[in-house]
Amino acid sequence: MTVVTTTRRAAEPGARLVDLFEYGLDAPICLTWELTYACNLACTHCLSSSGRRDPRELSTAEAKAVIDELEAMQVFYVNIGGGEPTVRPDFWELLDYATAHHVGVKFSTNGVRITPEAARRLAGDDYVDVQISLDGATADVNDAVRGAGSYDTALRAMRNLADAGMKNFKLSVVCTRHNIPQMDAFKEIADTYGAQLRLTRLRPSGRGADVWDELHPLPEQQRELYDWLVAHGETVLTGDSFFHLSAYGQALPGLNLCGAGRVVCLIDPVGDVYACPFAIHEEFLAGNVRSPGGFAGVWRESELFRGLREPQTGGACSSCSFYDTCRGGCMAAKFFTGLPLDGPDPECVRGHGEALLADRPEDRAGMPKPSADHSREAARRPVPIRIGRRPDPERPPVSACAEDPLAGLRIRSAAHSKETL
Amino acid sequence: MSEIDLDLAWDLHPQVSVRPEPFGALLYHFGTRKLSFLKDRRLLEVVQSLKDAPSARAACTAVGVPASDLARYSAALATLVRSSMVVERTS
Repeated sequence: MTVVTTTRRAAEPGARLVDLFEYGLDAPICLTWELTYACNLACTHCLSSSGRRDPRELSTAEAKAVIDELEAMQVFYVNIGGGEPTVRPDFWELLDYATAHHVGVKFSTNGVRITPEAARRLAGDDYVDVQISLDGATADVNDAVRGAGSYDTALRAMRNLADAGMKNFKLSVVCTRHNIPQMDAFKEIADTYGAQLRLTRLRPSGRGADVWDELHPLPEQQRELYDWLVAHGETVLTGDSFFHLSAYGQALPGLNLCGAGRVVCLIDPVGDVYACPFAIHEEFLAGNVRSPGGFAGVWRESELFRGLREPQTGGACSSCSFYDTCRGGCMAAKFFTGLPLDGPDPECVRGHGEALLADRPEDRAGMPKPSADHSREAARRPVPIRIGRRPDPERPPVSACAEDPLAGLRIRSAAHSKETL
Repeated sequence: MSEIDLDLAWDLHPQVSVRPEPFGALLYHFGTRKLSFLKDRRLLEVVQSLKDAPSARAACTAVGVPASDLARYSAALATLVRSSMVVERTS
């Protein structure tokens, strides 16, 4: 250890956890790993613009190699998501492999594969936790965002888990303008199934960028949410995602720190490593697990990550008396709404973000777009093709997906041999 | 409980994983799914010594905790007991 130790603050007695973590850790505490871009749903706010599988997704062997690395780095657990991770044919195999290698798993699912049998299997494993996604306490609010039938799918999955005796799994809700008034109802649903409620913030990432303006909570709803969170304390989980609300007063439970590249990161289905799950963009791409140094190499050596571990200046926020509690908010939320990274969060509770948002062009021209779009809608867009003479008339073109080892091989006598058959 | 009974035998909960860090250590409990941390290396040594020591006091002494600091370490262990990271050893 050379560079890292010089920038790392010595552990002074009474030092706050947040101060120690600001300089990053040799390994993440946990990380998000999206196993596939394939999804049976097409949620309007999908962070990863999922829908279609990517042909370059990590193979079973490559995924296991990543788990081996995580075990060696003593990463406590991975948050597995997607896409819908359970549609990967090797999902259960990878789950078992991770827990056998001391890497705990929490996975997010829309519930489509949580059959009574799957629920029994999950209930019997102490090292696996499940998060069922539901974005409305009623079918109309949920299905407007997550698609027709998704409310029933999620509730059936929860019933299966509860019937199997699974305790304390998570009911995971992305907070929107339409479900903020339903917080008590969500809590009731969670209590009914013996689940714990987990609320997270709507990010303008992936397809979320297209609906953020209409879906993100209104300023007065942010206050309502904050008061609700304070009243419910540690009984409700937040994935530390509302630290920008801490500027209302009392800090919310959690680290209240942007952990991007410091204590968390994202591995996407093709092995790309990003600073956080909400930042799938070249700007936040640190490397790929397929590179020679593997995931550990990316985590430890990436220049992007090293930069994120430097002390951050508050920029335009540094003179704000609330900077110490909100720390400028969410980097990804600023980035995808086109705001400067060293300025206020778009949902800054002091109202500093609103003025900047109002300056955005009406047509949102110039806003950063995510690096990858696997939406099924995207597939229906026109595909540019080239028309021309075959460079070699005797040699048929080879599809990029051709797996035959003889693909593209030119056999002169092919026509003759066909006649002899 | 602000301090533990130093004369009893204690141990880390079997579902707790410990990761040493430059500032001390991170602890993760797979049962409660809670993260905790130790802010100094000596506390980490104490926690790691609990398993083989006849008492928490013996574990502290074995890693060189001065008598004047015992109350402080006892209070730190009490915090870990409250979050079920450290449990009383019965066998």
